[in-house]
Amino acid sequence: MAKTIEEINQKIKKGEAVVVTAEEIIDLVKERGEKKAAEDVDVVTTGTFSPMCSSGAYLNIGHTSPRIKLGGGRTYLNDVPAYTGVAAMDIYIGATALPDDDPRNRIYPGEFNYGGGHVIEELVAGKDVRLVATSYGTDCYPRRRLETWINIKDINQAVLFNMRNAYQNYNVAVNLSDKLIHTYLGILKPNLGNANYSSAGQLSPLLNDPYYKTIGIGTRIFLGGGEGFVAWQGTQHNPSALRSENGVPRRSAGTLSVIGDLKQMDPRWLVGTSILGYGTTLTVGIGVPIPILSEEILHYTTVTDNDIFAPVIDYSEAFPQMKPDVLCEVSYGELKSGKITVKGRKVPTASMSSYSRAVEIATTLKEWILAGKFLLTKPVSPLPGVESGIILKPLKERPIEE
Amino acid sequence: MKISRRIVLHFPWRLVDRPLVYRLIKDYDLEFNILKASVTPGEEGLMVLELKGKQEDYDKGIEYLTKTGVRIQSLSQNVLRNEERCTHCGACLAICPTDAFELDPKTRLTTFDNTKCLACGLCIKGCPPRAMELHF
Repeated sequence: MAKTIEEINQKIKKGEAVVVTAEEIIDLVKERGEKKAAEDVDVVTTGTFSPMCSSGAYLNIGHTSPRIKLGGGRTYLNDVPAYTGVAAMDIYIGATALPDDDPRNRIYPGEFNYGGGHVIEELVAGKDVRLVATSYGTDCYPRRRLETWINIKDINQAVLFNMRNAYQNYNVAVNLSDKLIHTYLGILKPNLGNANYSSAGQLSPLLNDPYYKTIGIGTRIFLGGGEGFVAWQGTQHNPSALRSENGVPRRSAGTLSVIGDLKQMDPRWLVGTSILGYGTTLTVGIGVPIPILSEEILHYTTVTDNDIFAPVIDYSEAFPQMKPDVLCEVSYGELKSGKITVKGRKVPTASMSSYSRAVEIATTLKEWILAGKFLLTKPVSPLPGVESGIILKPLKERPIEE
Repeated sequence: MKISRRIVLHFPWRLVDRPLVYRLIKDYDLEFNILKASVTPGEEGLMVLELKGKQEDYDKGIEYLTKTGVRIQSLSQNVLRNEERCTHCGACLAICPTDAFELDPKTRLTTFDNTKCLACGLCIKGCPPRAMELHF
């Protein structure tokens, strides 16, 4: 029996919808079978909580008297540079931006204690943030310098707008070299000392809707503890990635670009993050509801950690040198057991993505829906799927000859 | 029965040149393992020690140190996890040399057993949300 989103929303409003998390659906289907479960269940909620570098927020801070044009000048928030290449009072603060005087990796490994991700966390937490700007002065915007405290509650707009989040599957990083290395997947000890991964696996949004049959542009989601929307496919969206027979990608594949009002978000779900030797970022909480419109859609949500495979890649050589070598594939079931086997050796695993927080997101979203506070949306337009033929291209460098 | 304790010693500058650890071995029959030391003549010294021995010898040794003016803290109080900041990602599991962190297979929460902690400090900078704090 196929359902529509309108029908599910009617049930949500009446408090009659049946909502379970992508973890709970696995056992429920074992008990009732897929056909019965597809009839009984209206929504499956997903969640992920992980460092996501292509994140940031745009702000409109309000005009000063006399006026200053931040656009084309330089603006800093708590000493972290913001992007100003837009209109007078609009700025964008990216998660990986660093203060000009941060030593980076000059003292290796760099600590990266404070950057754009931390500014966003402090803004969301309602803390005052120090804005220092210089500009060049025009007839209509004569002022050249501004130093002021700003607070999220006072500024006109504060919008989280992330270009690429919620990666559908991801690499497992190892180190085959004889030196310790520091990567965005964490510290990797030499000679296969550890293997680090970053996905919520069976709870991850796009792994529960592998062909983007319900998640599309305009989908209302849990974002940073508040409500947000899918704005577009994320950058590097790669629906053509290698897939298993169950449709689940075996490589990093689809991505989401998401947007939402930062003013209603919560710092528990937007955490400024420091990756030793790599840089700063923002750990973002995202949860996507999947309407169970058919048995097929339900079937995809029953995916378990044992059905999802990720490639193990050497981050000392293959990754930095853009070599396609994959050492082996492992399931998230194996990764979460604490040990995987690579080249005949037992390697301990660690995660950059918090599974317990992913469960909390999926559970929170479930509660919002059960309470009638969160209605589902029909996508305005689908994300490009396998049929789009979109692939991830490397840059073809063309030397510039003068 | 032998006991083993990890402790942090703070020396005032006037004690830095006295052979305190030597007395612990000689007079109180305690085994020791220096985990960390930063002792600069003329300034305050700090030493992280693992002491092993009979309970009564250990107690007497500690009494001796206290009488000489050394301030003692137990090590387990010194590496703390800021529970507000910890996201339970588990990145620390790969970093800790003594396996003080473990992932609870049921709750998927990262547990921290500070009795296993050597206060090496690797997790302090390695923790992505910077939830581990070293307090001396």
